[in-house]
Amino acid sequence: MNGNHLAELAVETVKQALERGATDAECTISEGSEFSANVRMREVESLKQAGSRATGLRILVGQHTGSAYTSDLSPEGIGRMVGSAIGLASITTADPHAGLPDAAELGAIAEELQLYCPDVETLETSFKIELARKAEAAALEADPRITNSEGASFDSHVGRRIFANSRGFVGEYNSSYCSLTAVPVAREGGSMERDYWMSLSRGFAGLESPDHIGRVAADRAVRRLGARKVETQRVPVVFEPRTARSLLGSIFEAVHGETIYRNASFLAGKLGQKVATENLTVIDDGTIPGFFGTTPFDDEGVPTRRTAIIEHGVLKNYLLNTYTARKLGMKTTGNASRGLSGNAGIGHGSLFIERGACSPAEIIAAISNGLYVTELIGSGVNVVTGDYSRGAVGLWIRNGELAFPVSEVTIAGNLNNMLMDMEAIGSDLEFRGSTAAPTVLIREMTVGGK
Amino acid sequence: MAFSESFFASRFGITTGNLESYLGDALREGGDYADLYFEYLSTSQISIDESIVKSATEGVSLGVGVRVIAGERTGYAYSDDLSPEKIRKAARVAACIAAGPSKVDKTSLEEGQKRNLYPVFTAPHETEFAERVDLVKRADAAARACDPRIFQVQATYADSLRQVMIATSAGILSFDRQPLARLSVAALAKQNGGPPQRGYAGGGGRVELSFFLEEKTPEHFAREAARQAIVQLDAVDAPAGETTIVLGPGWPGVLLHEAVGHGLEADFNRKKVSAFSDRIGQQVASPLCTVIDDGTIRNRRGSLNVDDEGNPTQRNVLIENGILRGYLQDQLSSRILHEAPTGNGRRESYEHIPMPRMTNTFMLAGESDPEDIIRSVPKGIYCVNFGGGQVDITSGNFVFSASESYLIENGKLTRPVRSATLIGNGPEALRYVSMVGNDLQLDEGIGICGKEGQSVPVGVGIPTIKIDRMTVGGTA
Repeated sequence: MNGNHLAELAVETVKQALERGATDAECTISEGSEFSANVRMREVESLKQAGSRATGLRILVGQHTGSAYTSDLSPEGIGRMVGSAIGLASITTADPHAGLPDAAELGAIAEELQLYCPDVETLETSFKIELARKAEAAALEADPRITNSEGASFDSHVGRRIFANSRGFVGEYNSSYCSLTAVPVAREGGSMERDYWMSLSRGFAGLESPDHIGRVAADRAVRRLGARKVETQRVPVVFEPRTARSLLGSIFEAVHGETIYRNASFLAGKLGQKVATENLTVIDDGTIPGFFGTTPFDDEGVPTRRTAIIEHGVLKNYLLNTYTARKLGMKTTGNASRGLSGNAGIGHGSLFIERGACSPAEIIAAISNGLYVTELIGSGVNVVTGDYSRGAVGLWIRNGELAFPVSEVTIAGNLNNMLMDMEAIGSDLEFRGSTAAPTVLIREMTVGGK
Repeated sequence: MAFSESFFASRFGITTGNLESYLGDALREGGDYADLYFEYLSTSQISIDESIVKSATEGVSLGVGVRVIAGERTGYAYSDDLSPEKIRKAARVAACIAAGPSKVDKTSLEEGQKRNLYPVFTAPHETEFAERVDLVKRADAAARACDPRIFQVQATYADSLRQVMIATSAGILSFDRQPLARLSVAALAKQNGGPPQRGYAGGGGRVELSFFLEEKTPEHFAREAARQAIVQLDAVDAPAGETTIVLGPGWPGVLLHEAVGHGLEADFNRKKVSAFSDRIGQQVASPLCTVIDDGTIRNRRGSLNVDDEGNPTQRNVLIENGILRGYLQDQLSSRILHEAPTGNGRRESYEHIPMPRMTNTFMLAGESDPEDIIRSVPKGIYCVNFGGGQVDITSGNFVFSASESYLIENGKLTRPVRSATLIGNGPEALRYVSMVGNDLQLDEGIGICGKEGQSVPVGVGIPTIKIDRMTVGGTA
């Protein structure tokens, strides 16, 4: 992961593309190594360790685009990739909005963003196995009803990303992460349930302790035992932080430049309008040091930034790359994202709901009859219409307290109403990945059950 | 084809002697089993949006994965460089899992039995781009021509050609050439200032390009996507709570994939974390239900000549007349359980450890006339198209989202209903199957199954069936 010349290779590849007929070019190189140790029922189950690298190129010939990728970084492999991308430009249609960012928009955040911790690479394999072993042991020992396990794992990844384009941009950054996860299985009578807990960090020092991870995972699995299905009814629904994060996923899709210009989002055309409760502020920020949504520049070489999406209930901004910004007559928000090749798509930085005033306990205490959602399954969100219908697992709230576990139910509504009906937002915001949300309460949804 | 003419031998000069030597390296710290998975994957993709062909991409990736099994332990490493030094290095890393003398008797490699379930002379990937770009242009034009209410169309054509070679310490040497292609169309419709609605259709398989020119044309998928979007314009809210469900034939077979398929994968069952663990021989569905997983159906998306561990795929009976008969095995689980492999060991790429996975999963046809099934329902919903699904294999709860459904009132289909999630419990849901139609259909070839971060292509199928009780996640 050091002392190689990948940045030069990216610049050379761009140069070669221009020499062979491209009018513009952008080249991405990605290099990474992964490690994974799984322990199950106190024994090592699997160990995996390897590294790889690959490159992708997108070119323009006038307003025609072509792209290609390869894992063969030899001169012959690069030459074939350049030829492929240029050849493909002859089958695409001229697109008046296609093109690279303006030179003035290119750049990178200069400050140290703390995306890479060297300790991830220096930890001994035996130590990493031991962490997983301890996390699983803590889960198995937490409660006699934890009788089985899908194991615990320590995973890490170190990567390097390089980007260069024909407008003079060249940049690179290293990043790292490690995670520790436990997945215990609880059993009582005929009821069997599993749950998990995971801690994710840029470096080892930021991980929660194996004991904590195991115990939280065990508590979560045990409290699901004996879950029942409830009657179909309309009630207040509380999303715990882990499930509230998924609402951000839907908001992201709905403000994504591509769904906006296609008019395929329930939020299209609503800029400046009130789309949510006054309480709700949603921010995307790619600049916070050490965070998982942070990068010095986006995948078009534009610096990342902080963008308010919804501010006190008013829709303020969409998330855009250069292409969608041009389609909409706007400016890129530095949210371009892509794998290795192809036109840039759109991604988010650290995407979060700003913390509110109430503690989660206060939110629950105010509900006489409702559902507290701890897990959602299925993909039943339609961002075109806002229709929302997903499978849910959780705890029933009765007289302000978590009363009994619930499963095999659905929760349904429409995101237009759900955003307006977000009555309370918790103070318990924690960043455990690139999306983060506190506990939220939605005034009323349909719970589908018996 | 002889080994010497195979892709990796002729292009990279790899010999059986090399393979035996790499396997020896993998087992030098001990272990019961080792295998090598060589992969050379070429892909291409073309997309049209707003009637503009906005993107065309192609690329290649290659590498080799080395695995060592010692008892229940797996060591895994891979290399994206096929030089002997890099392969030996990966073998040494994978070997770290094992300790002690190897329990493998030295066996020389023998080529497995050859058959070809997808005799595709020219893979779509090997044809001219001009022919393939035409598919998305035709799809775009056809969807727009269907109805003036269609205002957005996107179509994507994607294909791949995967060359694989698998060598194992048990002496298996398999190689395969796996073509795959798919075309999909998404359409948006609107009317009278109301909200837009979407429709989606697609299909393909391990086929030649002529499949899209003669059997399932771009116009076929385009019309279907447009039709679904238009139907949704008049949809009413879906009901909430338990009701009778009739599933139409074909793609609704995703029910089987979620409700029983995943729960019958042997890894979950040997660990006893599946709701189906220890239930072989028990009644888990109505006697009308026989569920099969079959990786040998010609040209299907989920079919393979050999699985990704070199074992031939086969037809496996999962549930026979309602009785649970067997699990889907991979190499590791079949060794531990002392069961025969079932040809279900699959992986996303050389970077991934194989797991038991489905191929093409379907229910056998019954005797009922599909129209009689609908006529028999006083009140319920009829679901003909689905988005994705998901299952929690431990509790057995599964969901799948119905994207095109109709109310059934007094035995007749009345109004279309908006998309909604259906939820049930795997070992329970199929007990309520009270009628099975005589109209088994397989899906059109677009399914992708995800498990533990690995995606593989799969197929599903089902005849029209009636389920007396299932929960619908609507709002009405």
